[in-house]
Amino acid sequence: MLEIKGLRANIGENEILKGVDLTVRKGEVHAIMGPNGSGKSTLAQVIAGHPAYEITAGSVTYDGQDLLEMEPEERAQAGIFLAFQYPVEIPGVTNAYFLRSAYNAIRKARGEDEVDPLEFLDVMEEKMKLVDMDPAMLNRSVNAGFSGGEKKRNEIVQLAVLNPRLAILDETDSGLDIDALRIVADGVNKLRGPEKSAIVVTHYQRLLNYIVPDYVHVLAGGRFVRSGGKELAVELEEHGYDWIQSHAPETAGAGSRA
Amino acid sequence: MTQPETAVAHYLEAFDGIDGGEADRIRELRRAGMDRFVALGFPTMKNEDWHYTSVAPIATRSFDRTSFPSTVPSTDLDPFLFDSPEWPRLVFVDGWLAPELSNVPPRAGIDVSNLRPSLVDGSVDAALLGTIADHDTVGFTALNTALMQDGAVIRIGANVELETPIHLVFVSAQPVPLAASFPRNLVVLERGARASVIESYFGLRDESYLTVPVTEISLGEGARLEHVKVQNESAVAFHVGTIEAVQQRGSELHSFSYAAGAELSRTNVYTVLNGPGSSCTLNGMYMVSGVQHVDHQTRIVHAQPNTTSREIYKGILDGRSHGVFNGKVYVRPEAQKTDGKQSNNNLLLSDHARVDTKPQLEIFADDVKCTHGATVGRLDEVALFYMKSRGLDAEQARTLLIYAFAADVLETIPVKPVRDALEAAVFARVRGEELQLTSE
Repeated sequence: MLEIKGLRANIGENEILKGVDLTVRKGEVHAIMGPNGSGKSTLAQVIAGHPAYEITAGSVTYDGQDLLEMEPEERAQAGIFLAFQYPVEIPGVTNAYFLRSAYNAIRKARGEDEVDPLEFLDVMEEKMKLVDMDPAMLNRSVNAGFSGGEKKRNEIVQLAVLNPRLAILDETDSGLDIDALRIVADGVNKLRGPEKSAIVVTHYQRLLNYIVPDYVHVLAGGRFVRSGGKELAVELEEHGYDWIQSHAPETAGAGSRA
Repeated sequence: MTQPETAVAHYLEAFDGIDGGEADRIRELRRAGMDRFVALGFPTMKNEDWHYTSVAPIATRSFDRTSFPSTVPSTDLDPFLFDSPEWPRLVFVDGWLAPELSNVPPRAGIDVSNLRPSLVDGSVDAALLGTIADHDTVGFTALNTALMQDGAVIRIGANVELETPIHLVFVSAQPVPLAASFPRNLVVLERGARASVIESYFGLRDESYLTVPVTEISLGEGARLEHVKVQNESAVAFHVGTIEAVQQRGSELHSFSYAAGAELSRTNVYTVLNGPGSSCTLNGMYMVSGVQHVDHQTRIVHAQPNTTSREIYKGILDGRSHGVFNGKVYVRPEAQKTDGKQSNNNLLLSDHARVDTKPQLEIFADDVKCTHGATVGRLDEVALFYMKSRGLDAEQARTLLIYAFAADVLETIPVKPVRDALEAAVFARVRGEELQLTSE
């Protein structure tokens, strides 16, 4: 589904990603862990098409298409969704209007009919239950004045409504208390399926207790230094990132399992 | 900058040509206006109140005061009636009442008429005329005072509540260039009265013309007026208008000024909170492109204790347009417990658009709470990316973001059909401008 090869990316003069390889197949959940500043969020944003990054080398293909040639909206229309680490406030645009516009834009791109506001309301209310969100939020401006936890839940509502094939969660757990974390994770788990994949970016292992990954990759200094199964996350929790970096095996960087 | 004497002389000539037959007080008022205009001339950019706006394009042309009533087909007005043709309305074509287009059903306690007859017979309401708007120091108000043609006189009796807005429609329709009209309105709300008044200005032809309206407002104790001005003049027109109010104890003024038309426009909104506990909300929105110049000056005088003012003006500027905002708030020594908030936010959609914003607080009392702020910014790239990452294309994202910028101030327009119409107009214009922007 997604294949990243030798990806290098800069922001301004700084090289953040220094050769990343990753293959994600249908139905797989990959966790990307790593210390602050390792490039986790950059990788997530580059996949979604954030304009601040310059790609200097490597390739990213998605269903055989050159993802790097696609606009962010084309990527969304093709089924990629990024749950932002810092969801953006858009005062003046209601959640309902924003989501319906996005939902219809994606349907339109797929050659499907747009839905009217009433039909859409039914879709929304069902999805909001997934993360235990008050339907009154629909009429509030997107993320404006939301608490940190509300913003993260709102990302998951969007994820549920837009129903992507590849979901990328960028530190969705940060700033959530344990109850909210469970609600969000349950919401994500209900959206898993054999045709759907996810990349879960997180600093801490605890989210992975709830969203159990198939693979765990450790990013440090812009490269994958270790890859393994879900038990790698537990090891990391025990020993910390310093341990990984000082015990990096020679084969580090082999995030791809070709 | 040299003073364009010729244009001043041209208006003196127009003044001399005004038919007699008016009441003595009115003749004196006109004369006072003309004398002051001749003395003041057109303002130059050395004048602090006109620092960012050159009126040279007006001052150097000789606009002709229209001297006779004319008319337009009623269907021409339809797009400008906010889908509310049932509202009582007075329509002025090129400055003069068009009775066949106007309709004001009589109602007890409410007096709505045109100014013209009062100028002739010097009746009671005309006695207030010229006592609120300052024609001593403001040149364009002096010019209006000298050359006023017609306008609306509205008096709402004590404790009368008017549910339906009164719509004053000022349409320019001269088929020849350089026509000028000088509408003059007087709105009086007696103690406890409530009303909504809408003023619309627009042009039906693409000729250059000048509109210089003045509206005087008197609010009695506890009166509440919602006032909306909609300036949609044609793209080659000039518009310099003043709204000036005096408010008594406990009265409320809710003013909204929308400016989207004219090559060059200036709107002054002035009020004096002259009674304890009086309050005003002066909000506005301007949206311009191409080479348009739009200027707002507001002035709130807190003259008595416990007075409150709220003010939000927002601007959207595209192309090579230039926006100006100057918001003055004066707190006089006796105006303790003043509560004032002012903000002006601008969104630049092009590298060549420009904004000059100047909030101005002058506080002479010690127990007051006043804040002000101004911003000039561009579309937020991160927000655009966020929206695109949800599947919206670049234009949708841009449109929605611009609209969102405007939405919170448009929401404050106090009359719903006007609010709906202006929201739709802004939305349509945001979409349409995309093409214009890329072609520039």
